Amino acid sequence: MASTIHRSPVGLTPMARVARHGGQGLRSVLPVLTVVAAIFVIWYAAAMALNATWAYNMAERLGRDLTFTQLVADTWSQQKPKLPAPHQVAVEIWNTTAEKSVTSKRSLIYHSWITFSSTALGFVLGTALGIALAVGIVYNRTMDMSVMPWVIASQTIPILAIAPMIIVVLNAVGISGLLPKAMISMYLSFFPVVVGMVKGLRSPGPMQLDQMRTWNATSVQTFWKLRLPSSMPYLFASLKVGVAASLVGAIVGELPTGAVAGLGARLLAGSYYGQTIQIWSALIMAAILAAVLVGLIGLVQRITLKRMGMA
Amino acid sequence: MTNETVISAKDLSLTFQTADGPVHALKDINLDVDKGDFVSFIGPSGCGKTTFLRVMADLEHPTAGDISVNGVTPEAARRARAYGYVFQAAGLYPWRTIAGNVRLPLEIMGYAKDEQDRRVKSVLELVDLAGFEKKFPWQLSGGMQQRASIARALAFDADILLMDEPFGALDEIVRDHLNEQLLDLWARTNKTICFVTHSIPEAVYLSTRIVVMSPRPGRISDVIESPLPAERPLEIRDTQDFIDVAHRVREGLRAGMTDEV
Repeated sequence: MASTIHRSPVGLTPMARVARHGGQGLRSVLPVLTVVAAIFVIWYAAAMALNATWAYNMAERLGRDLTFTQLVADTWSQQKPKLPAPHQVAVEIWNTTAEKSVTSKRSLIYHSWITFSSTALGFVLGTALGIALAVGIVYNRTMDMSVMPWVIASQTIPILAIAPMIIVVLNAVGISGLLPKAMISMYLSFFPVVVGMVKGLRSPGPMQLDQMRTWNATSVQTFWKLRLPSSMPYLFASLKVGVAASLVGAIVGELPTGAVAGLGARLLAGSYYGQTIQIWSALIMAAILAAVLVGLIGLVQRITLKRMGMA
Repeated sequence: MTNETVISAKDLSLTFQTADGPVHALKDINLDVDKGDFVSFIGPSGCGKTTFLRVMADLEHPTAGDISVNGVTPEAARRARAYGYVFQAAGLYPWRTIAGNVRLPLEIMGYAKDEQDRRVKSVLELVDLAGFEKKFPWQLSGGMQQRASIARALAFDADILLMDEPFGALDEIVRDHLNEQLLDLWARTNKTICFVTHSIPEAVYLSTRIVVMSPRPGRISDVIESPLPAERPLEIRDTQDFIDVAHRVREGLRAGMTDEV
């Protein structure tokens, strides 16, 4: 019997897959750099255009003319620009991370940690709720017929409208601090998990289910040995969406509460005082946090699927 | 060989209710399969051969008539894990190794760990896959995957093996090889095999009895007792006996079709 290594589902041996992946990595560096460079060019140009009015007004008041060089220098270094230039945001981020103790109220690391902790708690709660609902929907006909419309309806309500009410109601029953914010994260993050897991748990075909039947497997065995492993790729796709939604929920949860800490609080404080540089640095931090969280899920996904022989 | 009846169908009918009206998948099927038989079911698509196999496996329920498997109802036989079922696709779990896949029914049936190991090892040897325990399904060819799925069906040592076009998706050379191995395996294990196929040479080469079926309604049009000896090298396909049986099967199939056209 031939013992050669045969084609994988994508038509490549593991070696070839690695080689192809590596090659793609090298080839994709240039386009990525091009896009990044384009973003910076557009950003700087936009900063100049948006901040020019202020610069001209100031010059007029002082009775001076602006050369092009002066205009550029001014629009890229205003105290409260309409749009801060990238290097201003970078300096602000540097000053509020590396230059500050992490326990300082002015440290972005501190604020990121506050936001991260409610994101993480909300994400864990949301994932648990999402999986529980999905299992119920897949195994219980009544839930299948009744739960999904409510799940979808829950996501059509603007989170900005419902967030203050969640905070107020929970405060009224004596729950405050981390949990109310985490509840808002949960509210946003359970949805992609429900949708993905219902699809994933239903992904085994009729043949695989018949096969389980021929072995007289119980439905509990079918769940652990067939449905749950089959759903893993779907789960991880959902988790990536879910964790990003969870972060949005945590930030939104910090806005209406008059929270004094967290990236949402930084955004709010920045907008009160017109501190656009502070707003933008908080936004960038939120983006970095989101990227790290999604990257972490991706890492867990790679390890899990590799151990399952599916990557 | 004892003449104990393992599967017995009496006036068995199965009608599917569809949007386009009732479909008579099986009508008045009468058949006895004896212990140690290798019975092939052959016929054009829609003749109910797969449905009949699924009725034996308690995957479909007859609408009339009686069927017994090992002297009990198909459901009781299924609960007693009386048969192993091999589907057209190997259906191995991509997240389990070959050994892990063969172990799956044993885990479900609650065998002890060392007994699982022993059985996995012995059935993988039986299908000539020793040494591939730690490979994942995608690392194996289609033929090897199908042999692994046969090993999985054999692992819990059921007396009956139900096979639904197990080699249908494989090329002819691999199929010949697997047919030879299947006969060898059947001779060594003395199992009762019900084998669905749409290949005449495969049916004739493998079987002690060939059940020719015809469609609309699905029924048995001929049952042929094979005159071929138990020992069957591949060359037997060039003998006159083989050609005669193949001819009779083809005639049976044609007769079933002319009813229709």
